[in-house]
Amino acid sequence: MTGHWITLLTFLPLVGALTVAWGGPRSGAARRRVALLVHALVAMSAMGLAVAFDTSATGMQFVERLSWVPGLGVEYHVGVDGLGMVSVLIAALIPLLAAVVSDRVAAGREGVYYPLLLLLQFGLLGTFTALNFFHWFLFWELGLVPAYLLVRLFGGKGAGPASFQFFVYTMVGSVALLLAFLALRAAGGSFDFLELAGADRGGALGRALAQRLPWGGPDAGNVLGWLVFGGVLLGFAVKVPLWPFHTWLPDTYTAAPSPVTMVLTGAMSKMGVYGLLRIAWPIFPEHFAAAQGVLVPLALATVILPTFTAFVQRDLKRVLAYSSINHLGYCLLAVFVVGTPGSEAGTAAALNGVVLQMLNHALTAATLFGFVEVLERRTGGVRDLEAFGGLRRAAPVFCGLMGISVFASVGLPGLNGFVSEFLIFRGIFAAAPWAAAVASLGLLTTAVFLLKVMQRLFHGELSVAWVGFPDLTMRERVWTGAAVAGMLVLGVYPDLVLQWTNPLVLRLAGGN
Amino acid sequence: MAMNYLDLARLAAAEILLVVTALVVLSVDLGLRQCDDLARRTRWAVALGVAGCVSAVVILWELVPEGAMPAGMFASDALTRGVKAGVLLLTAGSLLLSRGIRFTPHVGEYVATVILGAVGMLLIVSSENVLILFLALELASLCLYILTGFDKRSAQGTEAALKYFLFGGMAGAVLLFGLSLVYGATGAIEFGKIAQGVAESGVSPVLLMGLVMVMVGLGFKVASAPFHFWAPDAYQAAPTPAAGFIAAGSKVASFFILAKLAESAFGPAMGSSAWGRFAPGWSPVLATMAAMSMVWGNLAALMQTNVKRLLAYSAVAHAGYTLVAIAAGGPEGLSAVTFYAVTYAITTLGAFGVVGLVESATGGAELDHFAGLVKRSPRLAVCLGIFVLSLAGIPPLAGFFGKFYLFLVALDGSVGSLGLLWLVALGAATTCVSFYYYLVLLKKVFVEDAVMPERAAPGTGVESAVVWASTILVVLLGCFPGWILTPLRSALMAVGW
Repeated sequence: MTGHWITLLTFLPLVGALTVAWGGPRSGAARRRVALLVHALVAMSAMGLAVAFDTSATGMQFVERLSWVPGLGVEYHVGVDGLGMVSVLIAALIPLLAAVVSDRVAAGREGVYYPLLLLLQFGLLGTFTALNFFHWFLFWELGLVPAYLLVRLFGGKGAGPASFQFFVYTMVGSVALLLAFLALRAAGGSFDFLELAGADRGGALGRALAQRLPWGGPDAGNVLGWLVFGGVLLGFAVKVPLWPFHTWLPDTYTAAPSPVTMVLTGAMSKMGVYGLLRIAWPIFPEHFAAAQGVLVPLALATVILPTFTAFVQRDLKRVLAYSSINHLGYCLLAVFVVGTPGSEAGTAAALNGVVLQMLNHALTAATLFGFVEVLERRTGGVRDLEAFGGLRRAAPVFCGLMGISVFASVGLPGLNGFVSEFLIFRGIFAAAPWAAAVASLGLLTTAVFLLKVMQRLFHGELSVAWVGFPDLTMRERVWTGAAVAGMLVLGVYPDLVLQWTNPLVLRLAGGN
Repeated sequence: MAMNYLDLARLAAAEILLVVTALVVLSVDLGLRQCDDLARRTRWAVALGVAGCVSAVVILWELVPEGAMPAGMFASDALTRGVKAGVLLLTAGSLLLSRGIRFTPHVGEYVATVILGAVGMLLIVSSENVLILFLALELASLCLYILTGFDKRSAQGTEAALKYFLFGGMAGAVLLFGLSLVYGATGAIEFGKIAQGVAESGVSPVLLMGLVMVMVGLGFKVASAPFHFWAPDAYQAAPTPAAGFIAAGSKVASFFILAKLAESAFGPAMGSSAWGRFAPGWSPVLATMAAMSMVWGNLAALMQTNVKRLLAYSAVAHAGYTLVAIAAGGPEGLSAVTFYAVTYAITTLGAFGVVGLVESATGGAELDHFAGLVKRSPRLAVCLGIFVLSLAGIPPLAGFFGKFYLFLVALDGSVGSLGLLWLVALGAATTCVSFYYYLVLLKKVFVEDAVMPERAAPGTGVESAVVWASTILVVLLGCFPGWILTPLRSALMAVGW
């Protein structure tokens, strides 16, 4: 397959951003229309790519490869496989959803907000398609700057410190990644992800590094291998995030305007999971296996601890932020547990589950934060759970659709969250039954605090302040309806996504 | 070998043209002084100066042959031509930034001094003989001292110039002493012969003394810690376009000659700065200076409230990053140094352009003067944002690729091992520190409300054009570093490194 489809798809948002910022439209409404049009175009192109995707092939598709900086091993090398395809869909759809609900947040500053959102999408699409470290790292960082500015300029109370913390945290992770990859290149001689995969088989990487090292004894290679692995892991662990590197997340998600949080949790957090699957896991399978004793407990902590914290939060956004950590914790757990020898079927199930969970969490969490935006519009920014009650009577459609989304997040069978968590648990159980047992505690506590949210919002006495609480408008019904329909479809027919990922996952599971 | 003056004239055609330009500028200004219209005189002087620089670039490309004078007194090859063209264009940029100068009636002298400084820098780049190198360095430095104190109304400027001059004279003396020790040890003043002498006699204590002193003297020129004390004062008190010239053009020339001197004259005395395997030579000296600059520059920048001072400490930090690549050595090291110095100079020149424009609109360059810049002039704010992000090393800007390449070379360079990992790790860590002060500046520009009243600025079209050109270059060179890198590498190959 030839053609520059991925390049076109990736650069479309950039062109859109420049057009909205400096191009034709002058009025805010016109800028919003142009931005929405570009987001829609990106979404349609991504879907076109998905339709054209060959589900029987395991390798990269739509590959483009050009020399960029000759002599340094820097190439423009892009392509997607099943994992990339799902990620591209996430990066194409979630910003569209966010842009649709951004009218209140962007009001008066459309010329800044929409270009930044489009730039963020540009960074996301580039990250999910790049196959050369240099090029990938450009986009990985490129996403960070607009995200920082969106939180900083449009955020609510505490946006300053929160965005700063977000920037510095992710930047430290990025610098660790950069150092690790410079070392990888010194040892493996390549920046190409596909060529680097398996480079560390049998500790080859550490030995290659140690040969070039003037100091240290016979163990130096081992130590270096671990340092490089640690650098790569840290970069991704901050982004996902892995406990205890998660402290930036609740503040940032809460301070950011809800549509921006939709993108942060829906798409940006997937950069970390994607990086683990595409980059870290293929290069360092043995380190992952050897570090299970540390990593699995950390992942379990990521699954369980936030649910307890969420239980005592009063701010709806904070509750959902902690719930996000919990849901991505399952992805981390699966990545850390699989690869144990003798569990190929379990590995395949878990990896399929991880990819599916990426999409499911993107859809569900983004929709939930979208509902928060709907709520904030009507309450003037009040999100305190104690201030609500009985909304079911005033706004039945709102409560119905949000209820379905919450249940999808809880993992009710028939909705999307169930399938991916089921697959993940099946995979984990085969490899480490005890971890599955401990993690299932997280399932329970998640259900408890999310049901508490529903109880506080929807049930009980309708307080006087919200008697005239307006139900969803037509436009809100359209997008929330579409999102909820997506949850139902993925819950009943997950093969829609699994057909893309399964061939790849089988190969990965067999290869290790 | 006999010296042929015609050959010399042909090889040094660009330098000669520049000297003539300086004289023409002076005399035209003298003639125009009758009419006593400062704006008109500035226009003429700057136009003549820029025309001189641009035609010098053309001459470099079209007329100047490759070749060298006896004893390495003047060398011209693809590499020096490229670096010289860079210096000339940066000089033209600084001259254009001076379009709106109001601080002195002596416009002709100002422009002529800048051009003579540029001549000094070109000679620095061309020299392969320590005697010529010293003379050229002094020529360039003298012009920079004068430029620092050009605003005679400013007591601060005079103080900074005096400080710069005294420190500079001291550093010059140390450099000269070092060079004489090197001569004593090797009996040569030509780069190639010094290298032979070092290779034959080995690294003797006298040579080491000389080496350290040379590195200290040149370390002063590039404002590396702990020899950077002149920089903050000079940057802050010098007229802003002159500060841009000091920060941009002179840095390119100094870094280039430092790397070239280390490689081609002292190559055999490199030593090793690999962790745990230190060996005496210039590499550990430079590595130490690099480490101190990165740490001290970035930490001191955290405390600054004046943007020019902040840029000065950031320059110290960047000198540290650049020295990492020199310490790594090898042709790749030289290539990384040149790329980094050129892109850094473009970025700084643009940043000083913005500072100058803000200064003329608000009357100062404190952080508060930049508050709310995005509301006053959004385009200028975007340009400054891009410069600052490039300095911080955020992709896809030129500053990122520069650092990336530099660290890559340091890990992968001719030291042949991961020995410089400690420097790279330190560099990465201090880069994280630097995000803070860069973000503080960006926060002032993009988030806070204006606190300073703004007055109408004089004509700023040309300055804005320079700023825009730098912005576009910073973005494009970040995305397509090959534009500089490919010719640079082929030039290095042609020179035979």
